[in-house]
Amino acid sequence: MANISQTNEAVSTNLMARALREAFYAGLVALGLFVLFVGLKTDQNILNELILVQRWGLLAIFVAIAVVGRFLTVAYIRPWFEARKAAKAAAPAVEREAGFVTRNFTLLAVLALIVYPPVMVGLFGFQGSLKWVDNFGIQILIYVMLAWGLNIVVGLAGLLDLGYVAFYAVGAYSYALLSSYFGLSFWLLLPMAGILAAAWGTVLGFPVLRLKGDYLAIVTLAFGEIIRLVLINWTEVTKGTFGISGIAKASVFGIWSFDVSAANNFAKVFGLPMSSAYYKIFLFYLALALCMLAAFVTIRLRRMPIGRAWEALREDEIACRSLGINTVTTKLTAFATGAMFGGIAGSFFAVRQGFVSPESFVFLESAIILAIVVLGGMGSLVGIAVAATVMIGGTELLREMNFLKQIFGPDFTPELYRMLIFGLAMIVVMVWKPRGFVGSREPTAFLRERKSVSGSFTKEGHG
Amino acid sequence: MEYFVQQLVNGLTLGSIYGLVAIGYTMVYGIIGMVNFAHGDIFMLGGFAALIVYLILLGLFGGVPIALALFIMILIAMLMTGLWNWVIEKMAYRPLRGSFRLAPLITAIGMSIALSNFIQVTQGPRNKPVPPLVSSVYDVFGIAISLKQIIIVLVTAILLTIFWYIVNHTPLGRAQRATEQDRKMAALLGIDVDKTISITFVMGAALAAVAGTMYLMYYGVIVFTDGFTPGVKAFTAAVLGGIGSLPGAVLGGLMIGLIESLWSAYFTIDYKDVATFSILAIVLIFKPSGILGRPEVEKV
Repeated sequence: MANISQTNEAVSTNLMARALREAFYAGLVALGLFVLFVGLKTDQNILNELILVQRWGLLAIFVAIAVVGRFLTVAYIRPWFEARKAAKAAAPAVEREAGFVTRNFTLLAVLALIVYPPVMVGLFGFQGSLKWVDNFGIQILIYVMLAWGLNIVVGLAGLLDLGYVAFYAVGAYSYALLSSYFGLSFWLLLPMAGILAAAWGTVLGFPVLRLKGDYLAIVTLAFGEIIRLVLINWTEVTKGTFGISGIAKASVFGIWSFDVSAANNFAKVFGLPMSSAYYKIFLFYLALALCMLAAFVTIRLRRMPIGRAWEALREDEIACRSLGINTVTTKLTAFATGAMFGGIAGSFFAVRQGFVSPESFVFLESAIILAIVVLGGMGSLVGIAVAATVMIGGTELLREMNFLKQIFGPDFTPELYRMLIFGLAMIVVMVWKPRGFVGSREPTAFLRERKSVSGSFTKEGHG
Repeated sequence: MEYFVQQLVNGLTLGSIYGLVAIGYTMVYGIIGMVNFAHGDIFMLGGFAALIVYLILLGLFGGVPIALALFIMILIAMLMTGLWNWVIEKMAYRPLRGSFRLAPLITAIGMSIALSNFIQVTQGPRNKPVPPLVSSVYDVFGIAISLKQIIIVLVTAILLTIFWYIVNHTPLGRAQRATEQDRKMAALLGIDVDKTISITFVMGAALAAVAGTMYLMYYGVIVFTDGFTPGVKAFTAAVLGGIGSLPGAVLGGLMIGLIESLWSAYFTIDYKDVATFSILAIVLIFKPSGILGRPEVEKV
């Protein structure tokens, strides 16, 4: 008995010694990493010359965090995880019945979204609900639509597209330009933006048919940048970096308008007090309907020969070709369908903002959309929607963290840290769950009974 | 004619910087098959490290001979970014090495966002102008060649020679090439694969730091977003030259530099990046594996 407790003691002192040692190294590394960038700050003085401001206190905090974090990880967190893993492995695997929420997740989510605007209005009043319906609701739904569109290209057809934002831009600008130059209505331009974007998808898809993997990725990235640069430089039409403002609002099928001066203004017709909240709520439901449409189309397409051809193409292009699938049309339809959703989302974005500029279509947007698709567990629609909510909603929430000002002083602006935290979150989630939030998906073709397929069967872009 | 040669000189200078960054992309790609999107931001980090070191030197000693200052700046920037890339590889890429191919790409994009915003938060969002470090200009047969340009091309050439020697004639280079060809076999033959990959990241980062210092010296200004465009262009250069091939990266870098400066000289400057990307697309359409890349043989 005594022997065992002795070994245990030896192990724990060993562990402590190792933890201390590793913490020391972590501190050294952190000191090296941050000494120049945190310890010193370049600032301009009155003469506009660069000077250095010293911040050794902040550096000490960074190093201390690294030391303590490393110590805790090695000494406590890691053994705890290992113990839990061992306990899990030792316990017999219990087949758990999926709960009510898990089984009906999609239905519940859609219901929650439908009651979302009234609930927000009830909680915060018409004016107070604006932020929640617009910044959270509509914005997340736009990203969901974009991610579902990109999912067709990356998740289903396995073509790595880093320039998806180009189609978003095509949709947004085709609405903005056609409505301000020709006065066409939103309901005509919405499908037209989708068609135009799909046409661009086909045009851009043609030259890249031969490319694979990373070559495809870089060329699509290049196309995305080309479109953005043309939008910036073709000032006669696009007004360059100033962007196009005063884009016409959408109307309820032409019956009620949301223009304040119009005779058939929604609020006037129903004798309601004037508020911009009605328009936002209308847009919210419109976005929701478009998302539902996108999901419906995706689910249907996956059961059709073309959808199966996409997935076959993703799994193995050579096998696909030897089975007589025309890879050219398969790839082009994938590009076109994905682009179409991007275009529709783009025109919706233009109508929501009332303003478009090339600023909104930078590579970062493509990266965010791709990250949502991958974090959602490529191919899974629900997973992607969850990922969009977490990533976009999470970063939007950071804008609301005003109470932090009371802790860190009035100079503290949480917004500054938004993208930093977004980037770090991408890394942490990926390392923690490489297969995304929802690591499984429903198979389209199955033998006798439908079983859920682990996400590790989803391969990705080999072109 | 003189105008043309002048643009050629400018293009070569710019191309050297792109080439140095492109090597980092191509080596990492060659060895673990991953597009290290954060590499452009490592380049920016190197530029900032050089800037801060320069300001320290200025503050401590008043004035330092410029050659010595440049040497110290480059050295510390190399160490700094090397350390950064070592830590990044260990924390963000290594855990995902066995995972599917898009996973490290996503963490790399996340890292790129995090790094540029880290610099924005810690160093402020404004442009950082430095007084010209080297300003002499020589007149060679009617062509103005500045000392900056000579330094950039010379340093690039020296580094490439050293680098070429390391990769082709040292045990470390042999380990790198073996890991590149077959990671599992290399591990079976006693090569420490993890260490080799780490060193590759550190080497790539060190070259990017030199490029960052050169960029700071050449343009005299740096800002936290400066990692993206040069990074994308360097990646373009690596792909153009055939990703995975070291001479290809340099050749691609020089080509991109030349295209950019010649296009700006003879056509509109607004569309210079459009020209670069269009040529990339055209080259890849006709030669999908890049100029010096080996065509991938697909085994069924």
